[in-house]
Amino acid sequence: MTSASDVMTFDHAAAMGLSRDEWNLINSRLGRVPNQCELGIFSAMWSEHCSYKSSKKWLKTLPVDGPQVIEGPGENAGAIDIGDGLAAIFKIESHNHPSFIEPYQGAATGVGGILRDVFTMGARPVALLNALRFGEAGHEKTRHLVGGVVGGIGGYGNCIGIPTVGGEVNFHKSYNGNILVNAMAVGLANSDRIFRSAATGPGNPIIYVGAKTGRDGIHGATMASAEFSDETESKRPTVQVGDPFTGKLLMEACLELMASDSVLSIQDMGAAGLTSSSVEMASKGGLGMEINLDLVPSREEAMSAYELMLSESQERMLMVLKPDATETARAIFDKWDLDFMPIGKVTETGRLVLLKDGGIACDIPIAPLVEDAPEYDRPHDAAPERAVLRSDTLSNDRPISAVLREMLGHVDLASRRWIYEQYDSQVMADTVAGPGGDAAIIRVHGTQRGLAMTTDCTPRYVEADPKTGGMQAVAESYRNVCAVGAKPLAITNNLNFGNPEKPDIMTQMVQSVIGMGDAARHLDTPVVSGNVSLYNETDGKAIQPCPVIGMVGVLDNLDKAVGNRFVAAGETILVVGQNDTQSDGWLGASLYASHYGSDTIYAPPPVDLAAERRHGEFIRDQIDNGTISAAHDISDGGLAVGLAEMAMRGGLGASIHCPDGGDRHGWAFGEDQARYIVTTTDAASLKAAAASAAVEIVEIGTVMRDEQLKFGDADTISISALVDAFEGCIPDLMA
Amino acid sequence: MQAIVNISLKEGVLDPQGRAISHALGDLGFGEVNDVRVGKQIHLDIDEADPARLRQRVARMCETLLSNTVIEDYNIVIPNED
Amino acid sequence: MTVSAMRVAIIVFPGSNCDRDMMVAIEQLTARRPALVWHKESTLDAVDLVIIPGGFSFGDYLRCGALAGRSSIMNAVLDHAARGGAVLGICNGFQVLTETGMVPGVLMRNAGLKFACRDVDLTFGETMNSPFTSGFEAGQIITIPIAHNEGNYFATNDELQQLEDNGQIALRYCEGKSFGASNPNGSAKDVAGVLSSNGRVLGMMPHPERAMSTLHGNQDGAHFLKKSLEALVS
Repeated sequence: MTSASDVMTFDHAAAMGLSRDEWNLINSRLGRVPNQCELGIFSAMWSEHCSYKSSKKWLKTLPVDGPQVIEGPGENAGAIDIGDGLAAIFKIESHNHPSFIEPYQGAATGVGGILRDVFTMGARPVALLNALRFGEAGHEKTRHLVGGVVGGIGGYGNCIGIPTVGGEVNFHKSYNGNILVNAMAVGLANSDRIFRSAATGPGNPIIYVGAKTGRDGIHGATMASAEFSDETESKRPTVQVGDPFTGKLLMEACLELMASDSVLSIQDMGAAGLTSSSVEMASKGGLGMEINLDLVPSREEAMSAYELMLSESQERMLMVLKPDATETARAIFDKWDLDFMPIGKVTETGRLVLLKDGGIACDIPIAPLVEDAPEYDRPHDAAPERAVLRSDTLSNDRPISAVLREMLGHVDLASRRWIYEQYDSQVMADTVAGPGGDAAIIRVHGTQRGLAMTTDCTPRYVEADPKTGGMQAVAESYRNVCAVGAKPLAITNNLNFGNPEKPDIMTQMVQSVIGMGDAARHLDTPVVSGNVSLYNETDGKAIQPCPVIGMVGVLDNLDKAVGNRFVAAGETILVVGQNDTQSDGWLGASLYASHYGSDTIYAPPPVDLAAERRHGEFIRDQIDNGTISAAHDISDGGLAVGLAEMAMRGGLGASIHCPDGGDRHGWAFGEDQARYIVTTTDAASLKAAAASAAVEIVEIGTVMRDEQLKFGDADTISISALVDAFEGCIPDLMA
Repeated sequence: MQAIVNISLKEGVLDPQGRAISHALGDLGFGEVNDVRVGKQIHLDIDEADPARLRQRVARMCETLLSNTVIEDYNIVIPNED
Repeated sequence: MTVSAMRVAIIVFPGSNCDRDMMVAIEQLTARRPALVWHKESTLDAVDLVIIPGGFSFGDYLRCGALAGRSSIMNAVLDHAARGGAVLGICNGFQVLTETGMVPGVLMRNAGLKFACRDVDLTFGETMNSPFTSGFEAGQIITIPIAHNEGNYFATNDELQQLEDNGQIALRYCEGKSFGASNPNGSAKDVAGVLSSNGRVLGMMPHPERAMSTLHGNQDGAHFLKKSLEALVS
């Protein structure tokens, strides 16, 4: 085993995940061979996870500005102005590799980490969401992974007292060996009291607060940058263990501290622990740091400099305080029973100097760690061409209701109640709309305003056509936020892809980022934060690409919010974004095709961004003036599934006119974009308004008191039969 | 000195966690398992040299905090005690 | 005295999460902000009602409510209860009440072994005279959300019989409009809320502070708390 005194060679560097070019660059930047601790610091900072070396070039093409943006990508989280002197601060982050190895702790520490990213900016977290991908339902590991991940998310979020209000879950065989666990947190702060991480003021004290440092997760950042193989079992010790109680104490102490006007800069210790926090804080401030590692609170004996710098022990923060604020701050942390230890000072040297055991354990310039981090332009191809699936080659004469019942009873669409009832979605008593709605809604505490939020991605679309898939993820989030009556403001993104060293995977990433950027520009939802997770492959087989979008919007008057359930018998049901001649639908890359078609990948439904915007604004206007009583975006499973969801949630039925001729299954299950199902008592006004707004709209039926769904004259199914299929699937899977 | 406190659920108190573990063992091929009950073990490092006094003090700790005597029993083990 | 002149104190432990929620609820009903009392205090000013809120006090370490129950402030709360003072324990607060013996029984892990957050329907029992139940008829049903991992009420059969005979079972889980099994956690005799032997202390698992308004989609919690406060001042 390597010890601190060994002379480092390329072999040591390779074991830490560095390439020969990177090793040579380090030697040339230092003018000498690095020691073990210094090499470990370079390997962590230049890992994919910390440096974004494969994705940076493309992330720079995303729109990050707008009048609503206070802080874009680059800080711990993004911040947007939501009016009234308030800012929403949010980010999404992945914890994929640790969650596959130890699902409960991997997911729990993912939640803990994203919460720290938000409160480190001075925002009290108000909501958690997540985006999960598991292997197929029948796979031997799926039950264990689902149970562990859901348990871990709930275990952490519930204990720390932040409601988990929304999310999405998909099951697909491409995730059999690589699950995806992305956690999103949203917080609120006063716009003029947002804290940033740039170190400032040479001579100012650097303080370590929170839990003690142990050997957890050493080299977790490099694990996240590597594929899994059969050796994965032996990686077990590198998973961190979270403590949500300490997380809660740390959050309260930090928020109290920030209110006391003592903090100059602060960052949480996440991936690569003390290394990334100290380096990033110093780098952003254009300064240096001198840290005495002997002072770092540790709970293990004889930790080396390397171990102290790379440990990923949870629930720790690094701060620069105002010079005379140390005692005020110490009193706050003593009250909350947390370690508070000045461990060093900010310097002007631009170097990271670490002292240990009376000597210097590390002395390196900071600039190469961040600014000189490699940035690759990895080779990529054009996206594969896909044929358009003609719906009549696939659909048949089976009654719509029979197909609907089957689809609702399948894990792709079935109720996620088994999952979300394990999350406390109501703590803080400000949840206006929790899991099950199109978007979650949280009241801005003490006001009549609200935040709407959602996570979305359709991986099968991204696989079929990455650019369209990237656009669609943004478009669907946009629809979900509009459907509750909120104005979309900005997004955070979590790119989850396979091995970027393979051109076809790189193509997926490049094209989906381009599509995402197009959509974000058109819909005025700039990217304010995000995360990238690569190398999600097992034994060479990659996941279905999954660029997740987390979107936040604002509602000015919560009384006007609407839900996605039928509310009253007699109301008219219409589809916005569809005209009365449409008698077919887009089945390519649809759920219907994945259930009833072949494995051939067909083109996904095209995304018309101008239509998405026009329709979204129309929907919001008509919700705001009270004409629309309920709205539901049409996505997976198409129109019939959307209708069934509204009926089941509302406990009311519907009678639907189906078009004569055409392709019934295409019409019922096609996943054409930019559409919403809406209900109203005043169809005439709604149609007139649509005409003025150049928005297509068609009346398709009526809400009924009878708890049945009726398609045309002869095809009827009881709501209770649908509910049995819908609610029974996942509990049966997890029993 | 060291003391180890073993805390277990009283007879007759339902243990759903134990039951779930028993079923899981059965599913894994350990059909010979009849019953499982889950308890906890607390290790204490105490400044006390006299075993009798140690035992007395630890019993007091159990009665006051470590064990919920409504539903739990406890026993105290002093390693290396003769 | 009117409800608006009531003095209410909410105890806060490290890890309490629902203290602010309860403070907002009480302020909504009394137009007066209740005091938040930190667990390290050793005295309690004279109050009409002490509330022990929900959350994960001390991380639920050792047993839920075990460490909080032995916290410094609890001596003052016990004295207040011994003098006939009113105490309301919600969720983790109910766990603290059982750990201190202020109400009988124990809250154990949910029989389904999973955290449960959802609406439940509750029916009022035939109870002794208590400010927490006097505003309701026996058999009356309300719907309140739960959110807990350890809400499975246990007491010996003899104790349960005694509680029933004395009219100490304030609330039971029952059939109603909420989705899912009527008893969400396996509680003996479907017990959701229990009174002390003098009827002045109530421990309950559901969270009334989460059902206070149209924005919550449910006002049964406001109704319950309002009746309790009114009974306490009359």
